[in-house]
Amino acid sequence: MRLLRLIEFLRRHLKTVVRIAVGLLCLLAALDAIPGIVDKRHAHTAAEHLPAFWCVFGFLGCALIVLVSKAFGHAGIMTREDYYDE
Amino acid sequence: MSELWVHPSLILIAGALLLPAIPERLRKGWLLLVPLVVFARIAAMAQGTFGEVHFLQFTLTFGRVDALSKVFGYIMALMCVLGSLYGLQVRRVAEHMVAWIYVAGSLGAIFAADLLTLFLFWELMAFSSVFLIWFRGRRESPGAGYRYLLVHVAGGVALLAGTVLHYHSTGSLAFVAFDVRNPALPDYLILTGFVLNAAVPPLHAWLPDAYGEATFNGSVFLCAFTTKTAVYALCRGFAGMGILIPLGVIMALYGVVYAVLENDCRRLLAYHIISQVGYMVAAVGLGTQLAINGAVAHAFAHILYKGLLFMGTGSVLHMTGKSKFTELGGLYRKMPWTFAFTLVGGLSISAFPLFSGFVSKSMIIQAGFEDHKFWMGFLLLLASSGTFLHTGLKVPYFIWFGKNHCAPETWERAADPPWNMIAAMAVTSGLCIFIGCYTPYLYRMLPYAPVEFHPYTSYHVFETLEILLFTALGFFLLIRKLEPEATISLDLDWFYRMGGRGFRWLARRPVQAADTAVGEIYRAGGLVPLMKSAGDVRVFDNRVIDGAVDGLASSVRRSAGQLRRMQRGPLQENLTVVFAVAAILLLAYLLLL
Repeated sequence: MRLLRLIEFLRRHLKTVVRIAVGLLCLLAALDAIPGIVDKRHAHTAAEHLPAFWCVFGFLGCALIVLVSKAFGHAGIMTREDYYDE
Repeated sequence: MSELWVHPSLILIAGALLLPAIPERLRKGWLLLVPLVVFARIAAMAQGTFGEVHFLQFTLTFGRVDALSKVFGYIMALMCVLGSLYGLQVRRVAEHMVAWIYVAGSLGAIFAADLLTLFLFWELMAFSSVFLIWFRGRRESPGAGYRYLLVHVAGGVALLAGTVLHYHSTGSLAFVAFDVRNPALPDYLILTGFVLNAAVPPLHAWLPDAYGEATFNGSVFLCAFTTKTAVYALCRGFAGMGILIPLGVIMALYGVVYAVLENDCRRLLAYHIISQVGYMVAAVGLGTQLAINGAVAHAFAHILYKGLLFMGTGSVLHMTGKSKFTELGGLYRKMPWTFAFTLVGGLSISAFPLFSGFVSKSMIIQAGFEDHKFWMGFLLLLASSGTFLHTGLKVPYFIWFGKNHCAPETWERAADPPWNMIAAMAVTSGLCIFIGCYTPYLYRMLPYAPVEFHPYTSYHVFETLEILLFTALGFFLLIRKLEPEATISLDLDWFYRMGGRGFRWLARRPVQAADTAVGEIYRAGGLVPLMKSAGDVRVFDNRVIDGAVDGLASSVRRSAGQLRRMQRGPLQENLTVVFAVAAILLLAYLLLL
C-alpha cells in the first residue's frame, strides 16, 4: 500500500503542502506576466493581456458559481429527501 | 447485399443471446471475448456503404462507414470492452445481456444511413437500457425506470413523426445533413428527438433521475451511449444549426449549477454529463470543421473519463452500498486506488494539461473564439472552472477525505473493489492520460483531417492552469459553503413527476366526482322521470286502458245479460215465435204481390 503511505505522508505534512501550493499559485501568477514565457499573441481579447487575467477569472468564476448556485438552491430548489415519497 | 458484411451489432446481439447457454466457468471469458471481437470488427472496418436491404418501397442501409461513424463506433466498442471488464463479477446474466443489446442499439444507430433504421436502433437503446435501472431493485427503481422509458418514448415519437413528415416532403429517408438554414417542422421534430437524448434543457431531467438510480455497473454503460449517440446524430444532421450554440452553453452552465447542490455523487456526475455534452452541442451549433472535430474529440474523451468516474463512484456504491456525500467521507484509508483512478477521471474532465479533456475541450473553445463568439468561449471557460470545482475537487474530497460520515457498517464494508474493476479503471485511466499526452492517436481519427490544432501552446497551458488552480484556491476558501447537505434538488422532472401525481389526483378526485355527479344527474334527470313516467303509464294503464277494457267488458256483459233475459224461454216457444213471424212475413209478401 505505497499509495496509502504517500497520502498519509502528505497529510502529516499538510502545512508544508499548503505552503508549497500557495507558492505555486504565486509563481503561476508571476510567470503569466513574463512575455518570454507566456506568448500572449494567442490571446483572443484585449482583456487577456492584463497580467494574471485567468487567475482572477478562475478564482472569481469559482466564487460566483458557488455563491450563485447555493443562493439558487436555497431559494426553494433544495428540498427534503423524501419530497417525492408518498 | 453485394457481399457478406457482418454488422457489429449483430455480433453483440448474438453474443448476448448465447450468453445464458454459456457454462458458468466459461462465462467471464465470453464476457471479454465478444466485446473484443466487436471492437476488432469495427477497428478493421473499411469505409463504404454496406448492408442495404430492400423493404417494401424503402431501402434500409445498415452500414454506412465513414470517418464520422467509424470514430463513434470505435469508442463505443472500446467502452463496451471496458464496461464489460468492469462488470465481470455481476452475476445476473440478464444484466450483461441488456447492456450488450443497448450497445448494439447505439452501434446500429451510428452505422445507420437512413432515418427508419436509425429510429429502430434508437428505440432498441431505450427499451434495453431501462432494465439497467430496474435491475437495481430498489423501491424507487420501477418508478425511475418508467419515467426514463416514457420520456424516451416521447422523444422517439417526435423522431418518428419527423421522419414520416420528412419522407412526405422530400421523398427520401436518407439520414444526411438537414436543411439547417431553413428548418421546417419535420426538421424540428427530428431535432427534438435528438436533443432529448442529448439531454438538452428543458428536455434533460431524465438523465440525473435515471443515471443516479441505475445499478453500479449499469451507470457505467448508461453514461456513455445514449447522449453520445445523440451527439453523433447531431453532428451528422444538424451541424451549423445556430440555436444549438446558446442551448449548449446553457447546458454547460446548468449542469454546473445543479452539481453544486447535489448530494448524491452519481447524480452529481450525471449533471456533469449535461454540462460536458453542452460543449459538444454548442460545437455542433458552430458547425465549422474545427468545431465538429472538437465535438467528436470531446465525445471520445468524455466517454472514457466519464466512464472512469462512474466506475470509481460505482465501486464506492458497490463496496459500501452508499453514494451520498452525507453518508461517506474519509475513505482514502480504505479505498486508495479507487481514489487515485477517480482523481484521474476528475483531472481529465477538468481538462488538466496531460489529461484527455485538455486536448479535446480546448478545440471547442478555440472554435468559439475563432468564430468571434467570445461570450461562448468565456462562458464555456467559466463552466470549466465549475467542472474542476465539482468533479475534480468536490467528489474526491467529500468521498475520500473531508469529514467521515460513514456509519460503522459502511466503514467496515469499504475496501478497494475486486481485481476486474481495478483493472478496468486502470486501463481507462491509462487511456485518459495517453490521449492527453499523445494527441495524434485521437486526432488521426477525427472526421476533418488533417487536424491543424496544437493544444500545447504556452498560452493555452498557462490559461488552463491559472483557471483551474485558482478554482482550487476558491474551493478550499469556500469549503464551508460546499459542505454536503442531505437534500435533493428539484429539477424540471418535477413537472411530470408531480404532473403524474396530479393526473392520479385528477382521476381520484375530480374525475370520480364528475362520475358521481353524472350518476346523480342520470339518477335525478333520467331515472326519476323514468320512474315517474312509468308510474304515469301504470296509472294510464290502470285507469284508461283497463277502464276502457273493463267498461267494454262490463257493457258486453250487461247486454249479454239482457240478451240472456230476452232469450230466456224454452226452445219450442222461441221457434214458434220465429216461425210465426216468418209466416206472417211470407203471407204479407204473397198478398201484396
